[in-house]
Amino acid sequence: MKKTGAQILVESLVAEGVDTLFCYPGGATLYITDALGECEIRQIVVRHEQGAVHASDGYARASGKVGVSLVTSGPGATNTVTGIATAYMDSIPLVILSCQVNTALIGNDAFQEADIVGITRPCTKHNYLVKDVKDLARIIKEAFHIARSGRPGPVLVDIPKDVSANMADFKYPDKIHIRSYQPTYFGHPGQIQRAMRQIASSKRPVLFTGGGIILSGASQELTKFAEALSIPVTNTLMGLGGFPGNNDLFLGMLGMHGTYAANMAITESDLIIAMGARFDDRATGKTDEFAPHAKVIHIDIDPTSISKNIKVDIPIVGDTKNVLHKMLDILAEEKDLFKGFQASTSEWLKKVAKWKKDFPLTYQKNGGLKPQYVIEKIYGLTKGKAIIATEVWQNQMWAAQFYKFLKPRTLLTSGGLGTMGYGFPAAIGAQAAFPKSLVIDIAGDGSIQMNIQELATAVQHKLPVKVVILNNGYLGMVRQWQELFYEKRYTWTCLPCPDFVKVAEAYGAAGYRIDKEKDIDKVLKEAFGNNQPTFIDVHVDPGECVYPMVPAGASLKDMLLV
Amino acid sequence: MRHTISVLVENEFGVLSRISGLFSGRGFNIESLCVAETLDPTISTMTIVTTGDDAIIEQILKQLNKLINVIKVIDFRDTDYVSREMVLVKVNADEKTRAEILRMVEIFRGKIIDVSPKTYTIMITGDEEKLRAFLALVRPLGIKDLVRTGPIAMARGDKTVKTKEKQPKGGNEDG
Ligand SMILES: Cc1ncc(C[n+]2csc(CCOP(=O)(O)OP(=O)(O)O)c2C)c(N)n1
Ligand SMILES: [Mg+2]
Repeated sequence: MKKTGAQILVESLVAEGVDTLFCYPGGATLYITDALGECEIRQIVVRHEQGAVHASDGYARASGKVGVSLVTSGPGATNTVTGIATAYMDSIPLVILSCQVNTALIGNDAFQEADIVGITRPCTKHNYLVKDVKDLARIIKEAFHIARSGRPGPVLVDIPKDVSANMADFKYPDKIHIRSYQPTYFGHPGQIQRAMRQIASSKRPVLFTGGGIILSGASQELTKFAEALSIPVTNTLMGLGGFPGNNDLFLGMLGMHGTYAANMAITESDLIIAMGARFDDRATGKTDEFAPHAKVIHIDIDPTSISKNIKVDIPIVGDTKNVLHKMLDILAEEKDLFKGFQASTSEWLKKVAKWKKDFPLTYQKNGGLKPQYVIEKIYGLTKGKAIIATEVWQNQMWAAQFYKFLKPRTLLTSGGLGTMGYGFPAAIGAQAAFPKSLVIDIAGDGSIQMNIQELATAVQHKLPVKVVILNNGYLGMVRQWQELFYEKRYTWTCLPCPDFVKVAEAYGAAGYRIDKEKDIDKVLKEAFGNNQPTFIDVHVDPGECVYPMVPAGASLKDMLLV
Repeated sequence: MRHTISVLVENEFGVLSRISGLFSGRGFNIESLCVAETLDPTISTMTIVTTGDDAIIEQILKQLNKLINVIKVIDFRDTDYVSREMVLVKVNADEKTRAEILRMVEIFRGKIIDVSPKTYTIMITGDEEKLRAFLALVRPLGIKDLVRTGPIAMARGDKTVKTKEKQPKGGNEDG
């Protein structure tokens, strides 16, 4: 039986197991919107297309499934670009369905035409323009496959309006065949052996792990491996949650705002075992002085990440979970290999433990209400069981430092692009995936205003996300740089805020304000317990800075402490 | 260092801009780029001449391979290969110089493909050095116009490029 493109699309999404769609309508979506009207997929209509993509991204990060959004042509499509670039930098599997003007009009500067395939080419893993309705089902199948396989990423499919109206025979393909795309999942056995020998002969090893551990679902294997050999672990921002934040072997995050112990361990290590991390400049500091005494083993599914920023001695291309399995097998089979290992690394473990003890993350407790204290309270109240989204910078760094992420997929944060306005819609997406979980966006007064309109979405769809605004009355991180490096000239960074409680109430959400330390417990408890989307406007010490800090371009050992 | 890379790609709309966008977006150089269909009409070859140190070339090869539409990337660094380019050059030619030009064209096994009262249009094929030598010879006569194809390349001997698909594989020794 023949079906319209719109029906084919809807049935294809159902066949892919899509249960939630984040969307916004327009002229070019009409056939599809109409076809979606009668299907079981939950449709969350947002208030800005950027919000749709971030929400689908939060859904994907929290659940591990592909996040899906659908928008109209022209401005609808261009509004998605920041969301797509955010997901691309952090390797998040998304399918973005953009609608397009009629095929006959493409290239004519038609009303609401934008070359979104051209615009998003450098920030998608792949993208498609569907020119014939006969190709639609195959392309949808490929898009989902490409988004979730290998190193995941966003895939955009542009669907002209006439394609959504035209008829074709429909059968959703059950097989996929892309001759030019075959990711490498299994590491080279010889390389894995070499790596294990290198580990066995190391005296000061560190595991340095990133978002790849979370994407491949390898946290259990990582924990097992680290514990079996007592190797300390540091995470990148994207890697947090990939190793339990309360484990004794955990050093905390490394890099620009990393812990003293993590940055010193990297600096003095003789072997870095990097897994699913891409040696971003915020993590490495000055690359020439990164881990100057160490050999580097690097396990990553994406060969382009290997030896891109840091020269690698033993590269292993493969899925971190598979490679860790193999490494655990070798551990079990070749007991002799690691006979003297514990003895030869014991000095190192003592040294690392001393760094942790002597230089823990801390902050000055006098003065006003401290944002770090607020995060500690949130951790205490949630016992690390909440899903935490963040906005960008001070709020994000304090969340990364003072909340202990115990499980993978409990931190949703824009690591690579650093997108202000990401956290709130991402939290909405995560809440849609896990209606019963407590989902908290740790926000800044600046960032929250970049997608504040999504409060209407949260209220409409009864998604009781909690937004804790660490309100310092500044674009805090920029202010911090101005304080430290531009002689306290706070140009552009002190912006008046609206009354966030009133804003929340105007949208039909709940709003609270906290000014004093003593109110925190009571208000947070009440706010976390209510069943409504909620803003909690916490007026924190405006002068607080994030420490430790490695100034841009400096080496990791040159941290400014509190 | 200059390097020649051949890339087999799906003969599809948009692929060229994916490749050129990769080079411009990541700050890699393209000295020349030559694209045409292969024996199999669903596949095109792009021959790219680029410059960079070993680390950059390594990144270029990996990044090209990562593109979904790229079927195979051939790096000629460790291969014995032949490479040829064609140039069309229009030079001043009057009674005094015509005979001399004809002789040079013959020596370089080129062809005169168009004649006007004041010019010759010459076609020469060869490797980079040969073309450079020829152009140096005709330059004093006055070059009016010049177009080059950019080189294309092929491995020497029996070696052929198999357009067999990428295989799911274990990583190789060099990652
Ligand atoms: C979309 C976007 N624009 C600009 C920036 C640059 N930027 C980074 S942090 C920041 C200030 C953030 O202020 P706020 O949300 O109040 O967070 P705070 O650092 O005060 O916690 C700015 C402007 C950015 N990261 N993203
Ligand atoms: Mg702020």
